[in-house]
Amino acid sequence: MTAETTHPTTETVDDDRRNFIHIATGAVALGGVGMFAWAAIDQWSPAADTKAASSLDVDVSKVPMGGEIRVLIGGKPFFIRHRTESEISAAETVNLAVLPDPATDDSRLRAKADGTFNKTILVTSGSCTHLGCVPVGPSQGNTGDFGGWYCPCHGSHYDTSGRIRKGPAPKNLPVPNYRWVSDSVVNISL
Amino acid sequence: MSGHESSYTPNSAFERWLDKRLPIIRFANDTAISFPTPKNLNYWYVFGGILAVCLAIQIITGVILAMHYEASVDGAFASVERIMRDVPFGWLLRYIHANGASMFFLAVYIHMFRGLYYGSYKAPREVLWILGCVIYLLMMATAFLGYMLPWGQMSYHGANVITGLFGAIPLVGESLQTWILGGPSIGNQTLQRFFSLHYLLPFMIAAVVILHIWALHVPGNNNPTGVEVQDIEKDTVPFHPYYTVKDGFAIAVFLIMFAVFVFYAPTVLGHADNYVEANPLVTPSHIVPEWYMLPFYAILRAITFDIGPIDAKLLGVIFMFAAIAVLFVVPWLDTSKVKSMRYRPVARQFFLGFVVVCVLLGWCGAANPDDAVIPALQGEASLVVSYTDAAGAVASSTYKGGDEAFEAAEAFMATLPASAGASLSAVPAPTFAFRHLSLILTFLYFGYFALLFFLGLSEKTKPLPESIHKSVLKAHKPQSGTAVPAE
Repeated sequence: MTAETTHPTTETVDDDRRNFIHIATGAVALGGVGMFAWAAIDQWSPAADTKAASSLDVDVSKVPMGGEIRVLIGGKPFFIRHRTESEISAAETVNLAVLPDPATDDSRLRAKADGTFNKTILVTSGSCTHLGCVPVGPSQGNTGDFGGWYCPCHGSHYDTSGRIRKGPAPKNLPVPNYRWVSDSVVNISL
Repeated sequence: MSGHESSYTPNSAFERWLDKRLPIIRFANDTAISFPTPKNLNYWYVFGGILAVCLAIQIITGVILAMHYEASVDGAFASVERIMRDVPFGWLLRYIHANGASMFFLAVYIHMFRGLYYGSYKAPREVLWILGCVIYLLMMATAFLGYMLPWGQMSYHGANVITGLFGAIPLVGESLQTWILGGPSIGNQTLQRFFSLHYLLPFMIAAVVILHIWALHVPGNNNPTGVEVQDIEKDTVPFHPYYTVKDGFAIAVFLIMFAVFVFYAPTVLGHADNYVEANPLVTPSHIVPEWYMLPFYAILRAITFDIGPIDAKLLGVIFMFAAIAVLFVVPWLDTSKVKSMRYRPVARQFFLGFVVVCVLLGWCGAANPDDAVIPALQGEASLVVSYTDAAGAVASSTYKGGDEAFEAAEAFMATLPASAGASLSAVPAPTFAFRHLSLILTFLYFGYFALLFFLGLSEKTKPLPESIHKSVLKAHKPQSGTAVPAE
């Protein structure tokens, strides 16, 4: 017979010691769960190879006048449009007060290395700012009421500067981060 | 009811042995054989059983399809076509799975309307109702994820629209969207995670279904009178054979309708666009979700105005999610003590109106928001010349009529200087368009739930029957002796 069973009343429970063990065990378990949750959640973030494929050089001299080309960078569509004289003047002369998201045409262009603008080339995102559809443009034969692009999903009309003019989209087609590498090549990055 | 006494007596030595160790036969007997069920359940109550069958069909066909499906942007579309053309009976399994989703939602909508009509969400069944809402939410998530897998045009662009909704959330929206997609846009990584979750969620649905049935078996079934069971002897019949046979018959009829779709109109509920492989650069001219999402899609698009700092896009998203969220709080929104609409003549009319509103919202969701609801009432389009006048202001000039209007507009444009930047466009005459109807219906949808709150406080209800037993006797007076077997 051991001492514990012969003298049960003399046995004392050290509550502090028990609490310490409980809290310490719980804390380690919670920390482990938390750290695993971090890994489990963050594995959904863009992977290194996905992030790496995020810029592209585009030769804009191949874009026909009055037309556009569409490129995908990281799966996102971008429009590179070669605007006509009348499209440029329509974009420049519009009264800013009537625009839902006011922006001048110049603010939507990026200067070349020498500081001048090439107004004939407009680079914009190809995702409608409403719900991300790809608007149709000159190559699909529908440029909307304002000569730029028309989003067939919910009827947003963009002008020749890619600015929203009519419809549910709240913002202009965003101008991506791009720079002129030479007179005919732009580098677009996400 | 969980309180009912077990009627199971183990008959063999083996059953007695097992009953002491794992009383699984006793459990099955008490939940599916002897379970006391109100004897007045009508055919609106068969959809629970039908839904269980739907879930089983989806899981079985889905697991098989996963054996042939390839979750990659290069192989997904081709592997689905291979299932359709080359895999033995692949066409059958895929058509069952694709139409099964529609059948599942058809049944769940009837099941939900049934619950709303007979007040099945009221005490003591609030948790049962909320678990049902959770199942419905999981079903919508599963259907959305599954719709992406064939990697067709509608898959890709539909998913783009829905994941874009998260981008509307202020501050964190864009990073949240990138996290969900696993990159700047929908890509291979998105398809793979959607496939993984599409496989996972049905099992989570199955788990919540178990909780749902558990929560059902604690208070027992509601019934068309909404009067609780008072006397198990008089008010209830055992689940088997009374409801196993009734449910079985309904399941057979439902499966016949299911088979008609699978064999005679397998693609009628789908979209032709989804048989075109996904192309991120070309958006289909008309993106629509599957029919069972249309009412919510209509609500999403109905909001085209800003309120204060909240823009229309976010507002649409808020309203769409609120349309589902409101279901979770119905037990507390409805203030009436009377469960069944049978005894609420005013609320009953509004309920029927609510069903119509939901169906019409579905119609709006399928339509182009700018189209006229009644084309016959739409006036003739006019030609508008927009230009910049000498003072630099925007001006326009409108021409109506046929060919002459075009000639007049052309002639007018010729008189303008090139600097005016004149452009010609056809503007449809103002009309009552689907976006207007959607907005009205959206407010009616939410109005119904607000109405439940106020109506319950003031309405005059009809007298309730004393008991389920009495109500059945009254309905079948001439031959009560034979029509009520449990009597």
